[in-house]
Amino acid sequence: MGSNANTQEANAHLTTPTRLTGSEIVWATLVGEGVTDVFGYPGGAILPVYDALRKFPIHHTLVRHEQGAAHMADGYARASGKVGVAIATSGPGATNLVTGIATAMLDSIPMVCITGNVSSKVLGTDAFQEVDITGITLPVTKHNFLISRTEEIAPALRQAFQIARSGRPGPVLVDITKDAQQGKAIFDFATAKPRAYRPHPMLNVEQHGLESAVELIRNAKRPIILAGHGVTESGAMEQVRTLAERTQIPVALTLLGLGAFPASHPLNLGMMGMHGEAWVNHAIQEADLLIACGMRFDDRVTGTLASYATKAKKIHIEVDPAEINKNVKVDVALVGDLREVLEELLPRIGGRDGSAWLKTIEASKGASAVRDIKNLPDDGHLYAAHVVHDLWRITEGEAVVVTDVGQHQMWEAQYFHHEKPRSLITSGGLGTMGFALPAAIGAKTACPEKEVWVIAGDGGFQMTAAELSTIVQEKLKINIAIINNGYLGMVRQWQEFFYERNYESTPLVSPDFVKLADAHGISGRAVRTRAEVESAVHEARTAPGAFLINFLVEKEDSVYPMIPAGSALHEMIRRPDHDPLLESPEDL
Amino acid sequence: MLHTFVAYVEDLPGVLTRVASLFRRLNININSLTVGRSERPGLSRLTLVCEASAEAGHRIQASLFKLENVVDVDDIAQAPSVTRELALIKVAATPQNRSQIFELVEVFRARIVDLAPESLMIEMTGVESKIEGLIQVLNEGEERILEICRSGKMTMRRGHHTSRVLRAMGAGAAERPVSEDDPANAVEESADIEPA
Ligand SMILES: Cc1ncc(C[n+]2csc(CCOP(=O)(O)OP(=O)(O)O)c2C)c(N)n1
Ligand SMILES: [Mg+2]
Repeated sequence: MGSNANTQEANAHLTTPTRLTGSEIVWATLVGEGVTDVFGYPGGAILPVYDALRKFPIHHTLVRHEQGAAHMADGYARASGKVGVAIATSGPGATNLVTGIATAMLDSIPMVCITGNVSSKVLGTDAFQEVDITGITLPVTKHNFLISRTEEIAPALRQAFQIARSGRPGPVLVDITKDAQQGKAIFDFATAKPRAYRPHPMLNVEQHGLESAVELIRNAKRPIILAGHGVTESGAMEQVRTLAERTQIPVALTLLGLGAFPASHPLNLGMMGMHGEAWVNHAIQEADLLIACGMRFDDRVTGTLASYATKAKKIHIEVDPAEINKNVKVDVALVGDLREVLEELLPRIGGRDGSAWLKTIEASKGASAVRDIKNLPDDGHLYAAHVVHDLWRITEGEAVVVTDVGQHQMWEAQYFHHEKPRSLITSGGLGTMGFALPAAIGAKTACPEKEVWVIAGDGGFQMTAAELSTIVQEKLKINIAIINNGYLGMVRQWQEFFYERNYESTPLVSPDFVKLADAHGISGRAVRTRAEVESAVHEARTAPGAFLINFLVEKEDSVYPMIPAGSALHEMIRRPDHDPLLESPEDL
Repeated sequence: MLHTFVAYVEDLPGVLTRVASLFRRLNININSLTVGRSERPGLSRLTLVCEASAEAGHRIQASLFKLENVVDVDDIAQAPSVTRELALIKVAATPQNRSQIFELVEVFRARIVDLAPESLMIEMTGVESKIEGLIQVLNEGEERILEICRSGKMTMRRGHHTSRVLRAMGAGAAERPVSEDDPANAVEESADIEPA
């Protein structure tokens, strides 16, 4: 990596104003913004930029599809906290980015996408490979720019980085016409500085709001902290932990919150929501106070709103004012950066005895725990839960796991216990199949020293499987676990529960994934029984290069518990054998 | 309910699309939208009127502020303010029946701004109901309306507030009560007299 080393010259551009081409300005600005890696795919309208790359100390990963570039930049950002960068040409290159941009938008991931466009003289004429990418991406970017003059490139790019990483982060696209890339202008990194960052004017943490929050916390008998992605994004892990420990309030996590509070912590309840643990959802329904930290009451965690946590007062600590009272009406809104708000709140908060409530929750675990993985029959069948559990055990929870979307994603969330932030990378808001493989490439590029595992379904893996070549070309050590159930499993599960087992278009023929890996020069093996899991995982971990394991798991297993869409949080479908009926809190 | 937002936005290509796109995404119809230069260099001022639930106001304002090119947003809500609309109405009229229209125009405090052999053009500013009143009367009479061009509403808060002062006061939350003997109100009332 980093083969384009000409550091001195590149850095000289940063300190002395120099006359450069627009293309050189693109790279020089990226260098100035601290970028070391980008993911992209060339084409006519971005060729001048590619031509200038070799002069700059930036490593470029050639992807196999631009969607992969966007997911890689996204995975890079999620793994490192830095801004990810993707590059594509005009027209089809740019439109291929869109799914990846939307994925980043829905999960608030800082990302900058650079696209080439046709020359400014022919903009809007349906010139060859012209597409209105700023128009197309307008609703799925935090902001975007159409740049047609060389002098505008550096200021726009610098502003793009500022926008991407500030406030509630998100993707920004900068579309640069070919003539702007080819023109020349004085580059001066310092004067291209974006105007002062303007925090959202409706941020509002008032004295009396803080006092009300303190009062609610002091008087609560059955409080729960709901921790979301904002904990990681704001770097508020310590503050949330202090709040929980001092007040002895248990913590429930959203999917994207996993890892922000250690799984092994005695106050960690586990994941909430559609496939959350039964006791977590019951506890939320019984709670008298919810302290929502950097989460947005997404429909996947609330169930039907009318019956959501009706007994609870709600405190919402959130950086985006547009999220306040959007889904759930709250009693106290503290609108600001989570870490800053908690820093203000914590000195006012004293110790509390939370033992009675914790005991109640603990007691409620019993009924659910018997349905746990340990009770799945180990009769020669292989369950996905076995695979994930063993993977967690063998890697001692240290790996960065990148999942795709579907049943395996939920099993990962249930059975891999994340201790650290940024150790689970998954597409939550958009639920983008095909995310895992490219996002893992981004994560591994950002954190080469970390063990990276892909956990993907047989369906989603095939959506972006072409990126196997990228892994090989980049010589990345990534381990891939395919949870192969022969179905678009999550959709099959819905068909089983809600469409009378009409398995329309969900059985799936796949290639022999081990042979597919082999064709790419990647080793692999198939696993059919639980007994083989451990040795296969060891083989993968010790293999010098990337390794793929095709886990042939039980075909028609389902993820439990499950709250059917449109049901209340406590109306869960439970694993059969015990009580297949809907269960209400009284059953506990 | 009817919401009125006043926003200062950067005078740049594509900015209006971003504002409009927000409402499109929420599936909210924009009833009227007026945009023009403001007292602040490089910034346009717009007045946007839309129908949405009472709770939607906060979220729309917060979402408008999230747009990079939007500098200031005021949710006028029920605040004391002056709202005006401009209408140009072309009516078929011959020299024989003109005088009747002249009378109407007089009553409505409108103006005739163009006179052609077959038609004339009325210019009128006022509140929406006044403009609609004139249109209704014209429709009910002999006259045939040929064209109507309406600007959409323009709204400005009363008193010395600028949106900046308002923000310092808590962005639209704190409203100054309308004072009965405020001369501005008196002017408003006389100007808004509805024709019988
Ligand atoms: C791009 C995309 N298309 C469709 C869906 C709808 N969808 C959600 S889960 C799922 C099935 C995934 O199947 P597979 O990858 O085999 O994973 P499994 O659920 O079997 O673990 C589908 C089709 C989606 N989330 N993303
Ligand atoms: Mg599958």
